[in-house]
Amino acid sequence: MAKVVFPDHLLSHTNGERELEVDCNSFRSLVQALNRRWPGIDEVLEKTAVAIDGQIYQDAWLEKIGPQSEVFFMQRIEGG
Amino acid sequence: MAEAVELKAIGTRPVRPDGVDKVTGRANFGADMALPGMVHAKILRSPHAHARIKTVDVSKALQLDGVHAAISGKDLPQEGANDLSVNILARDKALYHGHAVAAVAARTPDIAERALELIHVEYEPLSPVLSIDDAIADGATLVNENMYTNGDRSLAPSNVAAKQSFERGDVEKGFAEADVIVENAYRVPTAHQGYIEPHACVATINEGGRATVWCSTQGQFDVRSMTAGVLNKKVSDIKVIPSEIGGGFGGKTTIYLEPIAVKLSEISGRPVKMVMNREEVFRATGPTSATLCRIRVGAKNDGTITAATAWLAYEAGAFAGAPVGPGCMSVLAPYNLENFRIEGLDVLVNKPKVAAYRAPGAPQSMHAMECTVDEVARKIGMDPIDLRLKNAADEGTVAPYGPRFPAIGLVECLKAAKKHPNYVNKPDDGVGRGVAVGFWFNIGMQSSAEVRIAENGGVTIMEGNPDIGGSRASMCLMAAETLGVPYETINAHVGDTEATGFCNVTGGSRTTFATGLAVVQACEDIIAQCKERAALTWDLDVEQVDWQDGRAVPKPGVNADVQPLSLADIARSAGRTGGPLLGRASLNAQGPGASFSVNWTDVVLDRDTGKVDVLAFTAVQDAGRAIHPAYVEGQMQGGAVQGLGWALNEEYIYDQQGVMENAGFLDYRVPVASDMPMIECQIVEVPNPSHPYGVRGVGETPIVAPLAATSNAVRDLLGFRINDLPLSPPRVLEAIEENA
Repeated sequence: MAKVVFPDHLLSHTNGERELEVDCNSFRSLVQALNRRWPGIDEVLEKTAVAIDGQIYQDAWLEKIGPQSEVFFMQRIEGG
Repeated sequence: MAEAVELKAIGTRPVRPDGVDKVTGRANFGADMALPGMVHAKILRSPHAHARIKTVDVSKALQLDGVHAAISGKDLPQEGANDLSVNILARDKALYHGHAVAAVAARTPDIAERALELIHVEYEPLSPVLSIDDAIADGATLVNENMYTNGDRSLAPSNVAAKQSFERGDVEKGFAEADVIVENAYRVPTAHQGYIEPHACVATINEGGRATVWCSTQGQFDVRSMTAGVLNKKVSDIKVIPSEIGGGFGGKTTIYLEPIAVKLSEISGRPVKMVMNREEVFRATGPTSATLCRIRVGAKNDGTITAATAWLAYEAGAFAGAPVGPGCMSVLAPYNLENFRIEGLDVLVNKPKVAAYRAPGAPQSMHAMECTVDEVARKIGMDPIDLRLKNAADEGTVAPYGPRFPAIGLVECLKAAKKHPNYVNKPDDGVGRGVAVGFWFNIGMQSSAEVRIAENGGVTIMEGNPDIGGSRASMCLMAAETLGVPYETINAHVGDTEATGFCNVTGGSRTTFATGLAVVQACEDIIAQCKERAALTWDLDVEQVDWQDGRAVPKPGVNADVQPLSLADIARSAGRTGGPLLGRASLNAQGPGASFSVNWTDVVLDRDTGKVDVLAFTAVQDAGRAIHPAYVEGQMQGGAVQGLGWALNEEYIYDQQGVMENAGFLDYRVPVASDMPMIECQIVEVPNPSHPYGVRGVGETPIVAPLAATSNAVRDLLGFRINDLPLSPPRVLEAIEENA
């Protein structure tokens, strides 16, 4: 089960739940699982970056997630 | 990783492919474009920082001989108009002094200027909101009556567009464990990116509705999508051709002129040219946020930081969107902390909408943190680098924004700094020294590249990132390394939106990493094709062919009496073996790898005038792998100079009506060469595992640490701290007199 953590600005979409474990094998399947739990959160997560095992992805979709993975949703980073 | 392989091209310092045209004046920048029949457009700007626009009447301007078109905000599509559109041409309110209200296209720039005087605008002036303190005060005038914090309409409208927070551990317990606690508030002023080349474009649109835009930009594809969005046009109906770019630093990742030029071209039936003057650049294009940051740090006497809190307020200008998120995420990034709380506010004020500026948000918040850490080091009598080493984030550290850091180079940079001769040698009497660390996330995102092989083996790279800091040279070096051919046989071209595949902007320190990755993969595509052609020629299986030093050769143990085939050999006969050699790659690059830095500076002070002079500045930074070390050093030096300018002189000065009083380079003083010492650089290389050559972005981190390094050096000299920037002569002199 991957550990999934939400930052403060997403807690209004997760009924205040900050951390949970999800059975998934890719980012896509994670989003699908989260959307079953909180319908509509997929649209919010589309605009969010994610760190999977320390690597930051601005547009994750097919990235693999392992049973020991740590997944952190975070704001997208812009640059100058 | 190519780490174990001896590199031949990467790490060398050849002349950049675009160098000759740039130093001889042949290169074409934004304002150089001209088309037959072209007319010139000018913009009427608001004289008020905050006012309702009751009417805009352009009819008299249209009657002036030589005027071809005139528009106001109502001429742009209204439905779905977003902040970008309203910033480009005001609708019902002027939201800052200099906000565009109307535009005229005329035969000459002079006629356009005269026509602007004939436009009648009826304003109802409102009280301007000009600071964070004013904006968040109870009963503050609202910049936007429909703005609710975080979109929560159960609350009253507010100038605070968004709040966010990060928290970990038990902050109060952490402070209770501390032997020393330092708390301070710091202000950093509004500063401009200060690119030398003003915004400029030419636009033309044909009767079929297809538009072509030439402009100076950091991202032609973003210009295309933003222009299409503002004008409700299809992206595919707009072609954007990027010129060479005379600096951007983030400020040219957005648009101001292009939709106006297209609209005026549509009305006039002529190409329309627009060039901002310097005053317009200052008054109406994105500066970066002024900030108010409150930091509290607790530490034990052995240097262990036990807790930290950060309250960070960022001015967004008149539209939501300050870089408060990255400011919050970077403020504590260099430290391995168990207990912290960070709160950030995105605050509306009646100033220009902020735009990205090198490491957006990080210089301001990290200035506050690094000054506070410096005070902690002084209180416990610890070397400032040792204090940072004691608490430094490293591989596996959980970053304040959530994930664990992969391989990073902060510790390596701190160790390199500690033994650097410029640090080992202590400053003379009367010289102050300050240390600070810098950080930036870096980004990857989408890139494309094509590699085309001419019949003589010459290599052409086609990619879509405007070359700001020598990226053509870096692309050529990576191609030379991958293909095994001389650098001199390779050229790199930046294509328009129809000549090359999609690339996100040149920004976020992404180009050498992400587009470089695409170039490497496109070269690998070429190598695969060359091996296939050689196998065909030699009647071998492709698995029996290797690519070594730019030549196809049979693999060891393969029994083949053949001569190696060079890239030129294969290209020459390409017509017989399958046609021209063309390699392609498109990708969404992930794992850009954060970059850390350590800076220190030695300064002297004239106590009679308050003027601070920089005697020496040393920058140590992790580049992952320096593809072209001279251009990595150039980024480090350029970022250092911009940071020093922000620390010592640069600020927007407003009068009480919200009018910027120093909208020109004479009064808004960026550093010039004679102000600066040689910025000495040491590149640290902790390879990024997500790139075949280990590249990390290097363009943004360099601007982060100089602000605090300078503040800390002045603190070292004065014996007391000036919390606010810039440390300009009037501010320093006033502080000296107050503390006398």
